[in-house]
Amino acid sequence: MPKTLYDKIWDAHVADEAEDGTCLLYIDRHLVHEVTSPQAFEGLRMAGRQVHAPDKTIAVPDHNVPTTLDRAKGIDNEESRIQVDALDQNARDFAIHYYPVDDIRQGIVHIVGPEQGWTLPGMTVVCGDSHTATHGAFGALAHGIGTSEVEHVLATQTLIQKKSKNMKVEITGKLNPGVTAKDITLAVIGKTGTAGGTGYVIEYCGEAIRDLSMEGRMTVCNMAIEGGARAGLIAPDETTFAYVKGRPHAPKGAQWDAALAWWKTLHSDDDAQWDKVITLKGEEIEPVVTWGTSPEDVLPISGVVPSPSDFTGGKVEAVKRALDYMGLKPGTPLSDIPVDAVFVGSCTNGRIEDLREVAKILKGKKVAEGVRMMIVPGSGLVREQAEEEGLADIFKQAGADWRLAGCSMCLAMNPDQLAPEERCASTSNRNFEGRQGYKGRTHLVSPAMAAAAAITGHLTDVREMI
Amino acid sequence: MDKFEKLTGIAAPMPLVNIDTDMIIPKVFLKTIKRSGLGVNLFDEMRYDREGNEIADFVLNKPQYRNAEILIAGDNFGCGSSREHAPWALADFGIKAVISTSFADIFFNNCFKNGILPIVLPREQVDLLMSDAEKGQNARMTVDLEAQVITTSDGAEIPFEVDAFRKHCLLNGLDDIGLTLEKKAAIDAFEAKAAQARPWV
Ligand code: SF4
Repeated sequence: MPKTLYDKIWDAHVADEAEDGTCLLYIDRHLVHEVTSPQAFEGLRMAGRQVHAPDKTIAVPDHNVPTTLDRAKGIDNEESRIQVDALDQNARDFAIHYYPVDDIRQGIVHIVGPEQGWTLPGMTVVCGDSHTATHGAFGALAHGIGTSEVEHVLATQTLIQKKSKNMKVEITGKLNPGVTAKDITLAVIGKTGTAGGTGYVIEYCGEAIRDLSMEGRMTVCNMAIEGGARAGLIAPDETTFAYVKGRPHAPKGAQWDAALAWWKTLHSDDDAQWDKVITLKGEEIEPVVTWGTSPEDVLPISGVVPSPSDFTGGKVEAVKRALDYMGLKPGTPLSDIPVDAVFVGSCTNGRIEDLREVAKILKGKKVAEGVRMMIVPGSGLVREQAEEEGLADIFKQAGADWRLAGCSMCLAMNPDQLAPEERCASTSNRNFEGRQGYKGRTHLVSPAMAAAAAITGHLTDVREMI
Repeated sequence: MDKFEKLTGIAAPMPLVNIDTDMIIPKVFLKTIKRSGLGVNLFDEMRYDREGNEIADFVLNKPQYRNAEILIAGDNFGCGSSREHAPWALADFGIKAVISTSFADIFFNNCFKNGILPIVLPREQVDLLMSDAEKGQNARMTVDLEAQVITTSDGAEIPFEVDAFRKHCLLNGLDDIGLTLEKKAAIDAFEAKAAQARPWV
């Protein structure tokens, strides 16, 4: 029977199947961070259980860590400190792989995994974090789980799962200049809605996806969850293999050859069956921004703020509430919206290529008067590379704040937060109420669009700057 | 985990669509290393003002809904972050069942692990339950998991679907990990086979 990529990875990991189709899915990599794991480790301790496969379990603190240059002095907030200390302790007690705050390899868990070669094609990868979808860019079945499931995976290296349906999202043709992976993924959510992917695993394919770098593919898969999908996948190809080769935990020698031979079989068969298919033309995708408080509230930058009456059903009230929260009036051109802050970073757009995009636009320019711009690399190694490539100098000369690695203002669990009503162009993935700070207002954009907004002080079509 | 007994209680209407887990429990409360005590902060930013005073017109602050045990919610409830703090907060507040046209995947799973029953129903039925819930104090609904039926305050019966394995676990308060460990031999056998086939993992 012809199979999709998802079918193939799934079939290779079913350790047990009950009569009703409930499966035990074997997990190859379990990534752990400090926010969603303490209760799981506590549960293990209370039941006297061990971590089943410590060698396949990798932990890194990221959500709570300060990103200021003086972070070696420790974490001021007591609860944050306790959480990071608990992870330190749990990593030691259960002998799992660990990158502590002062390790140059520390960073956002979804950036560290691929960077260190933990994430490989054909694997099953889970983490107590919804953006685990990121790792799907390698052709790995990767998704977020809750803390009870974290405990389940720690104890058994499996997850109780039922199979999802198959959805194909094809992006045909080429992207226009100024249009990036972030615009693709937001445009898809704009089309499907935040619940459009519920019950599905999405495979992204088509020429525009093939043309993306691994960084871009990770950006696309990262936001599969915002579209409601369990996971996003992209079939591995030469781009994938070139990225993986030589990473610290990637296979070497004969094992590399064996792995590569299997990886090359990991693609959907031509006649595979899809439960849902969506096609977008790459040429028609424009740079986009969000105007509301759901990632589906997305429009091309050339658009205007919509009115509640443009919607139907429960969305009408939600749009009223969103416009009120965002302080926006229907009919306002999106490019007239002024910003107070710009945030570049997160597991969506905190990789080296994202920083290069930002540097390209910022080079020789200044951040507008009255705008604060925060640039947070996704890992210590991304930071190091950006310094070596001279990107950091461009950021500093422009007047941006160049920081240490972590989740930072993506969810503002550390002091990196928006003030009430402060408006931000952000490269992160969620524009929910309060996400970047109490009453903070978030517009999701690509790194290039974020840089453009930083220079002009308002949401801006980056195509006017290239 | 506690067993899910037949539930008769007050249902609170929350028709807003896309209620995300950041709304259910804002991130400032994720810093705990415990599971308990999150109920007072359930829907914190919708429920309290900056000074910590209750916002009177928020549904769970209204006298008739303060003891709600059921939520009737708009589409796509629980989207966003994977935080299990969301069902922990709901459970700690006393919510035992949530009914909507759709739920986000991870939140849906997380509910079952915490003794909360999420029920998906077609729009007309959710609308019906929503209007029933709007009656307030007297609108006591019954959720019978065993029989898979919801009974409204005026006696209308609405059947619902639930996964058989999950139903079994909820009804009996079973711990997933214990159940899975009974299959340890299968896991070990799979592991040995996978180590042969994919030694690089
Ligand atoms: S960067 Fe943001 S989305 Fe990514 S893991 Fe951190 S908090 Fe979550």
